[in-house]
Amino acid sequence: MSWIGSAVPRLEDASLLTGKGKFVDDIHLPNALQAAVVRSPYAHARITGIDAAAALDMPGVHAVFTHADLPAALQAAMPLLVPNPAIRYPVTQHVLAADAVHFVGEAVALVIAEDRYIAEDAAERVFVDYDPLPAAGDFRDALKPGAAVAHEGRDDNVAAEFTVGYGETDAAFAGAAHVFRETLFQHRGAGHAMECRTMLASYEAVTDTLTIWANTQSPHQLRDVYCRMTGQADNRVRVIAPDTGGGFGSKVQAYPEHLAVAAAAIALGRPVKYIEDRREHFTATHQERDQHYDVEIAVDGDGRIKGVRGALVHDCGAHLAWGIITPFISATTLPGPYVVPAYQMKVTGVFTNKVATTPVRGAGRPQAVFAMERLLDRVARELSLDPAEVRRRNFVPADAMPYKVGLTFRDGSPVIYDSGDYPTCQEKALALAGYDAFKERRDAARAEGRHIGIGTASYVEGTGLGPFEGVSVQIMPAGNIVAQTGAAAQGQGHQTMFAQIIADRLGVAPEAVTVIGGETTGVAYGIGTFASRVTANAGPSAHLAAGNLRDKMIRIAAHLLEAAEDDLDLADGRVFVKGVPEMGKSFGEIAVFANGMPGFSMPDGITPGLDDTSYFTPERSTYANGAHVAEVEVDIETGRVSILRYVTAHDCGTIINPMMVEGQVAGGVVHGIGNALFEWMRYDEAAQPVTVNFGEYLLPLATETPSIEQTHMETPTPLNPLGVKGAGEGGTIPAAAAIVAAIENALAPLDVKITEVPVTPEYLLDLIAKAEAAQ
Amino acid sequence: MAERLEITLTVNGEQVTREVPVRLTLADFLRHELELTGTHLGCEHGVCGACTILLDGKTARSCLLLAVQTDGMSVDTVEGMADNGALTPLQQAFIDNHGLQCGFCTPGMLATLTELLDTIADPSEQEVREWLSGNICRCTGYQGIVDAALAAAKALRGESPAGV
Repeated sequence: MSWIGSAVPRLEDASLLTGKGKFVDDIHLPNALQAAVVRSPYAHARITGIDAAAALDMPGVHAVFTHADLPAALQAAMPLLVPNPAIRYPVTQHVLAADAVHFVGEAVALVIAEDRYIAEDAAERVFVDYDPLPAAGDFRDALKPGAAVAHEGRDDNVAAEFTVGYGETDAAFAGAAHVFRETLFQHRGAGHAMECRTMLASYEAVTDTLTIWANTQSPHQLRDVYCRMTGQADNRVRVIAPDTGGGFGSKVQAYPEHLAVAAAAIALGRPVKYIEDRREHFTATHQERDQHYDVEIAVDGDGRIKGVRGALVHDCGAHLAWGIITPFISATTLPGPYVVPAYQMKVTGVFTNKVATTPVRGAGRPQAVFAMERLLDRVARELSLDPAEVRRRNFVPADAMPYKVGLTFRDGSPVIYDSGDYPTCQEKALALAGYDAFKERRDAARAEGRHIGIGTASYVEGTGLGPFEGVSVQIMPAGNIVAQTGAAAQGQGHQTMFAQIIADRLGVAPEAVTVIGGETTGVAYGIGTFASRVTANAGPSAHLAAGNLRDKMIRIAAHLLEAAEDDLDLADGRVFVKGVPEMGKSFGEIAVFANGMPGFSMPDGITPGLDDTSYFTPERSTYANGAHVAEVEVDIETGRVSILRYVTAHDCGTIINPMMVEGQVAGGVVHGIGNALFEWMRYDEAAQPVTVNFGEYLLPLATETPSIEQTHMETPTPLNPLGVKGAGEGGTIPAAAAIVAAIENALAPLDVKITEVPVTPEYLLDLIAKAEAAQ
Repeated sequence: MAERLEITLTVNGEQVTREVPVRLTLADFLRHELELTGTHLGCEHGVCGACTILLDGKTARSCLLLAVQTDGMSVDTVEGMADNGALTPLQQAFIDNHGLQCGFCTPGMLATLTELLDTIADPSEQEVREWLSGNICRCTGYQGIVDAALAAAKALRGESPAGV
C-alpha cells in the first residue's frame, strides 16, 4: 500500500495536545536573561541622543545596547535579500536604529535584565531624544509632488518602478468592442500568527558557537544573514526553529531583533531571550498592507479578453527587506487562469514611514486575483452575462497545457502553467455550491426581504518556488529512521508529510520515521518555509533520499546475504529474500555494517554510512489552481455580511495527506475572509498605527466563519517526481474576490459597486446609502 | 503593599506553595515558575484566548490574572487533562478531526471546550462556535475544532464517534 494519499493522523498532535510542545518561550536555559526593546514612538525622526543611565541604575538590569554598542559588523544596514534592478534605493533596516527612525516601532535599543518585567520597566527609562520629521503616511499621498519623504535626502518616495507584460496591448485595446476600467484599493493586514516573534540566543565561547532558537520560517536564511554580516563560519552558527505557533509569511525574515539578541548574548556571555508582545507585533513585524490598482480590460462582444493593462502601486513601508517581490508576484499573477492575449502592468513601489511590507499568506496574489476577478465581474455585468460564464469563455483550456503565459519570472525564465484543468475545477465548485439553483434561493430570500448573493473567483498560484530544499534521511544503528531538513514547520504537518513519503520508499509505517525539521544542522543549505514550497521542494528531496537509501540497503543486504539484488524486498524494517522473510537483515544490522566494521570490507562502490541527503532542484514553479464560490447575506440596515456557504474546488496535484490539505484550504479561506471583511491595520496621516490590539484589529472568529465545503482535483505536475504542488495559500488567494462578488451580487437591486477591501460595515452602509440616494 | 506574597493553590490536582512577586501574572507563574509551558500567551491583553485555563472549573484568562489572585483556588491546565498518558475524548477528537495545526491556541481551545462539554452535553454547531468565539485560531479556520468538539460531545454521551 501507499501512504501517499492517505489521511494519516498527524504525528505532531499528541505532544501539542498534552502541553508537551516545545516553543521558544518554553525553553528555560540556566542563567538566561530577558530582553525588552525600546521602540520608536515616531514615524520619522532624527535621534539626537540616548540616555540609558536611569535604566542601567535599576536593580536587575544588566545592559542596554544601542546602535553604537553593537559590534561594527552589526552596525551596517542589513542585507537586501532579493535584489532587483528595478529598485532605485535599496534601503534596508539597521539592527538598532542608527541616527534616525523611519517607522513607529523601529528598534532603537535593547534592554537586558533578570526578567521580562524588569526589562520592560527599564525600557521605559531609556530616554531617547528625537527630532521629529514630517512622515510619509498614506502610500498614494506619498507619491504626490511635495509629499514628505520617508527617508531624508531623497527626492521622492519611489522605491522601485518596473513594467511587466507581453503582447500588443495598445492594439488590443484600440480594436476591442468594449473597454472597462476599475480603480481598486486593497488592504491585506498582517500574518498575525498566534505566537508572536520569539528568540533565544546562547553563545558558547569555548567552541565559539552561537545557537539561536527562533520561531522563524527560515532558519538557514537567519543563519546566512548573521554570517553574511559578521563573517562568522556557518558551522559555528546553529539556528533551531522548534515548535512554532503559525507563520503565514511574517516569520520568514531575518529580523533586526534576531541579530541584536545574538549580539547581546555574545557580549554578556549569558543566554538572552526576547519574546515579542502583540502590541510590538502590530508595529514591528512585517505586514503586507496596501495596494492600489488602476486597471482596464478590453473584451470582444462575447466577453472574450483581448487585453489587460494598468498600473499597480504598492506600499513598501520604510525598508526593502525582501526587495519588491510582493508587487512583482502581484503583477505576474494577474492574468490568472485566463487567456489574456496582451498584458501590461506598470508597478510602482512606494516608501512610507511604516514597518516594511513583505509577503503574507498569498503574497500579493490575493490582490492580483481580486483585480482580475473584479474586471471579469464588470464584464459580466456590462454584457449581461453570468459571471461564471465569462470565466468559462476565457479559461486556458486543459489541452493547452503546458501553457506559456508570456510573462517572465524574476530569474528571467518564462512563466509556464505546467498542468491543470481550470474549466473542470470551476465546474466542480459550481456544482457543489448549487450555483445554477441559486436564483431560486435568491428569490425566496428576497420574498422574505433578505439580500443574498453569490460570487465566484478562480485563480492560479505559482507554488513550489525553487531553488531547492534539502532532506537527509538516515538509518541509525538501532534501526530507527531519522529524517532531517532545514525546512521549518509552523503547523502545516511537515513531520507527517515527510514521514508518509519516506515510509512509502522504505516499506515502514509513517510513525517509524522521526522527522527533525527547522535546524540548520540537519542539512547544510536551506531556503525556508514560504511560497507554498516545502512539499513541492523538500517532498521530492525526501522521496529521492529515501529511494537512494533503499537502493543502498538492498545492495548491502545482497552482499551480506549473498543474494541477487533483484531477489530482495523491504518490509517492516528488514531487507529480505522475496518469499523467504526469515532470510534477511534488519535495517539496524545493515546500518551497523554500513557504518564500518573493522576488517570487513565494503562492497564495491558502496560508500560508508547509511544516510543520504538529496536536494531536489525544480526547473521552475508549479502552478496550483482552484475555484471558489461564496454565498453571502447582507443586512442592509447594519452593513453586516454573513457568509452562508463557502465552497472550494482545489487542485494541488498529487495529495500526500488529504486531511492536512483540507486543513490548509479551510484555514486559508478563513484568512481570506479576514482580508475581505475584517482585518485592517490602520495608521493616521502621520503614520501612527491606530490598530494595535485584537480589539482594534479584528481577526475572523468561529462565529464569523462557516464550515468550508471542499472538493478536490489531482492534476499531477510533471515538474517533480511526486507530482505535488503547494497547498498552503490557495485557500486565501481568491477568497476576497469571491466574497466581494457575492456581496455585490446580493446588492444588485441597489446597483452597489465595491472597489475596496476590507468591506467593513461602515464602507458598505456608505455605499448602500449612496446607491439608494442615486435611485 | 508587599512586593512578594506566599500563595498556595492547587494546580492540576496537586497543592503548590510558592512565594511570588505580586505583579506576576498567573500565566507567567504557570509557565516560568512551575514550568507548565502548555499554557500559551498569544496577545497578553485578554482577547485571543490562548492562555485560557480552568479556575475552579471555569474558564479564565491566565494573562489577565495575577498569580496572587488565585491563592486558595484550583487551576487546571492542559498538562492535567490526559490521565497517565491516556488522552481525553476531547483531545482524541482533536487528532481525529484535525482540530489543530500549529498547536499554539490549542490548550486554550481545550480549556474552553472542556467547560462547554461540562455545561452542555449535546451542543449544536452554533453553540460550539459561540463558545469558541473568545478563542482565536489563525491556522484551522475553526472547522476542525468545531468538528472535534461535536465528536467529543458525542463520545462523552456514549455514542460512537462519527463515521465509526
